[in-house]
Amino acid sequence: MNNIVNLNILQLASAYIFVLIVLLIVKVRGISREKEIIISTIRMTLQLVLTGYILVYVFDNINPLVTILIIAIMEIFAINNIYKRTKKKLSQKIKKIIAASMILGTLASLLYFLLVVIRISPWYNPRYFIPIAGMIIGNSMTGISLGVTRLVDGMYDQKHIIESALMLGAAPKMASKKVVDNAFDSAILPTINSMVGMGIVFLPGMMTGQILSGISPIAAIEYQIAIMLGILGSVSLTIILFVQLGYKTFFNEESQLILKEYQLKR
Amino acid sequence: MFKLKDVKYKDILDIKNLKISKNKITCIVGESGSGKTTLLSLLNKLISSDSGEIIYNDKPLMSIDSIELRREVVMLPQIPAIFEGSIKDNLLIGLKFSQKPFVSDDKLSKVLDAVKLDKDMNEAAEKLSVGEKQRLALGRIMLLEPEVYLLDEPSSSLDEETEEMIIKKLVEHTKVNNKSLIMVTHSKKIAENFADNIVEVREGKIFSGGGARDE
Repeated sequence: MNNIVNLNILQLASAYIFVLIVLLIVKVRGISREKEIIISTIRMTLQLVLTGYILVYVFDNINPLVTILIIAIMEIFAINNIYKRTKKKLSQKIKKIIAASMILGTLASLLYFLLVVIRISPWYNPRYFIPIAGMIIGNSMTGISLGVTRLVDGMYDQKHIIESALMLGAAPKMASKKVVDNAFDSAILPTINSMVGMGIVFLPGMMTGQILSGISPIAAIEYQIAIMLGILGSVSLTIILFVQLGYKTFFNEESQLILKEYQLKR
Repeated sequence: MFKLKDVKYKDILDIKNLKISKNKITCIVGESGSGKTTLLSLLNKLISSDSGEIIYNDKPLMSIDSIELRREVVMLPQIPAIFEGSIKDNLLIGLKFSQKPFVSDDKLSKVLDAVKLDKDMNEAAEKLSVGEKQRLALGRIMLLEPEVYLLDEPSSSLDEETEEMIIKKLVEHTKVNNKSLIMVTHSKKIAENFADNIVEVREGKIFSGGGARDE
């Protein structure tokens, strides 16, 4: 079981034939995407090679500060990515809430997962910390992006219903409950759906990686189950934090609905 | 009850002086776009004026908690919202929003009767016609028994006969219970027949009624 096939440079290079095929297809069909395909292939290659070397260094020189620094960089990238993905211009207030929910939600789940479920030692062991943080932060980022879009859109689309509820004496929380619940629901749905197909429709990346590297499928599955639960927890926690705090930014102290701060980007 | 002094809202409203009396039926008339709805929204504190002062029962509106105020001074928009669920759900949701105790089905039937909505309470509210939805929303706020009713064209989707009947019921209800009614209406007939006071708004200014003329 442990005779792992290590790829040599030639073998790896032969995989680039797939890129050539795609390039040929778009060329023949006159779809002008060649530039993007080439750039993204180069970026993917360079970024992964660089990450590989960084990880080798980090794993050989274990240091809590380095682990913390890498997690911080991941969080900053993830949060910026959320800002960029939303089509509407976000207010400063809601940006702060997005950042706070991401950091609190992902770190709480991550630390619980590493220290209580897997019980790594030392606590900052980067071999576990970094890949698991990547999965938890990445999935939470996708979830919260959806949640932000749904919350902002919901406040616009349901403006009339929300204001009608306010006119009847509803507190903002009650007036916007439906929008907030919908945002939460649609943000966790992809995570729930991905659990349904897991193991049948597809083998998740982490598990595939472990199996390819020679680990018993049973051990790989145990990890995969645990990480899926960790992801579900983190996604739900970040989103509930976000929507519970986020809806408040749509109301002023006079409990009036304010939407003028949120405009379409350009 | 309401006193407005030098109230400005964007370039929509500019009211030097306006008094609206308690326990009266006040009709606000004026062309569309003259600022009638904005005036109601200010009284319900759904929006705040840019300058000037609005006094409600001798207290500045600014010093009254918005939610508390809206439970006492309830507004019905021209196109009322219909919430998910049955007719009954839609009647009860107002009580839920304003945290008032729920009432018996008997009372709900009486309200539906008052707004001439002869329907099964458990029917889906979404299926009602525009006029029926308007009556349902009217019934919803009657259940709340607020001190002040702010109604924006409450009968715009009704035929003349139904309109007259319902407004009559509403006016009776207001007078018997010693409440106040402030109603925007397009109908001169309604205003003349039912109003104790008529306030006319023209291009954001009070043209006549309400104790003072702006011009």
